[in-house]
Amino acid sequence: MITRLEVQETNKMIEEAKLDVRTITLGISLQDCADSDINRFNQKIYDKITKTAEHLVKTGEEIEKEFGIPIVNKRISVTPISIAAAGCQTDSYVSVAHALDRAAKQVGVNFIGGFSALVQKGSNPSDEILMNSIPQALAETERVCSSVNLATTRSGINMDAVKKMGRIIKQTAQNTKDKDSIGCAKLVVFCNAPEDNPFMAGAFHGVGERDCVVNVGVSGPGVVKKALEAVRGKDFETLCETVKKTAFKITRVGQLVAQEAAKRLNVPFGIIDLSLAPTPAIGDSIAEILEEMGLENAGAPGTTAALALLNDNVKKGGVMASSYVGGLSGAFIPVSEDQGMIRAVEAGALTLEKLEAMTCVCSVGLDMIAIPGDTSEETISGIIADEMAIGMINGKTTAVRIIPVIGKRVGDIVEFGGLLGYAPIMPVNNFSCRDFIHRGGRIPAPIHSFKN
Amino acid sequence: MRGIITVVGKDRVGIIAKVCTLLSERQINILDISQTIVQGFFNMMMIVDLSNSTENFEKNEEDLKNLGNEIGVVIKLQREEIFNSMHRI
Repeated sequence: MITRLEVQETNKMIEEAKLDVRTITLGISLQDCADSDINRFNQKIYDKITKTAEHLVKTGEEIEKEFGIPIVNKRISVTPISIAAAGCQTDSYVSVAHALDRAAKQVGVNFIGGFSALVQKGSNPSDEILMNSIPQALAETERVCSSVNLATTRSGINMDAVKKMGRIIKQTAQNTKDKDSIGCAKLVVFCNAPEDNPFMAGAFHGVGERDCVVNVGVSGPGVVKKALEAVRGKDFETLCETVKKTAFKITRVGQLVAQEAAKRLNVPFGIIDLSLAPTPAIGDSIAEILEEMGLENAGAPGTTAALALLNDNVKKGGVMASSYVGGLSGAFIPVSEDQGMIRAVEAGALTLEKLEAMTCVCSVGLDMIAIPGDTSEETISGIIADEMAIGMINGKTTAVRIIPVIGKRVGDIVEFGGLLGYAPIMPVNNFSCRDFIHRGGRIPAPIHSFKN
Repeated sequence: MRGIITVVGKDRVGIIAKVCTLLSERQINILDISQTIVQGFFNMMMIVDLSNSTENFEKNEEDLKNLGNEIGVVIKLQREEIFNSMHRI
């Protein structure tokens, strides 16, 4: 029988260390909505999403109440629109984004992901229409998230698309300049994008998935931080074991919530994403975990090693706690969504270059980084190319969600609000990569041997 | 369905009585009680069986929370599974 101390431990994690289930994301296939008429297509996807996700928010709230665990977000991911809408005779998918936005509002989810294209090897006409629609779509909708997969370890890097996305990101920033270029916070480019990721902005429902599936993202940087406080000064064995055990406990809660949600929604359980996802709330920070390990600030020498051991042990503990693990699974290092990261940038301890190094060992990549609005589109493409190369060579998922804030300079602060937080504008290395980016074509897939 | 009730707050007369009265009115059976007082701080955990409850889970949770507010303690009702998941393999 469960003991009082165990009950206390769980409730302390929830109340003091901000343990929560970050998101229940319902993946919905839109492949059966294909239609040559875009208006009919939009109606079909609206109907399918609102019918399938009708009870999502209510179910989430019921589970939250019964188990006493906050479930912060209820979200939806759909088939990449460039695939689902490929049969439509049209030159713009902006109306599709509006249909997605309306559906999201109707069912009460705060984000819907899947305004996406997969172009790692090349883009077809539908992919081109989608990418061209992104700046307007993100400016005119509120809840739609967009992602583009530009590279994979098996296919290499589509440098034409890398170049294009530098421009699309700049245009998106320009189109939303009245709101601190917030459109870019809803746009991410990937290398090796997972098809079952429940986290935004990069969630989409992969084509290898079934019709409908429940994916759950757990979180709890605060819980890991609290657990590490108890082993301050102890050796690395103790440190790693503590992270592992904590990750196990956190993930077990996610597994329970996922199974319960799947049962109640009558939808199969997909995966648990073992991510440590920070929020701007005090005590919900990855940087503070790194500090607790013994670094003065995130970004100090030792940061990459600390992050590597954190990431690895979260996986080791979490994998045993869930029957299916997937998504991004690891520690996120967004800047604007993490108080400790913001502090580190302001103190001058954390630079874009150090963040890039950290992305070699964390779960995703350059995330929620605000840069000067006058950064050239080639420089943005260069940053993306570097990040794609890290993912491609190391066989991991990497991503870039970068925000060139129009009208702001290094040292200014940009406020995105809510879970997106705020961020100081970070300096960018402005030596030109123009000629490199304008070569065009693809970088071939890497060799899978001689891992040196 | 089994639930865990936790009551935490400053000790005073009648906390257990009030909680138990509410439970008995609703046919909620108490399976186990464990309680301590440390430096005037009251800390109780109950395991209860809700299968014959006359009210639904949500209402029980809400009313216990409100009862807690009335007597100045924090009362939570949660399903047992969350604790079993976390602490038992």
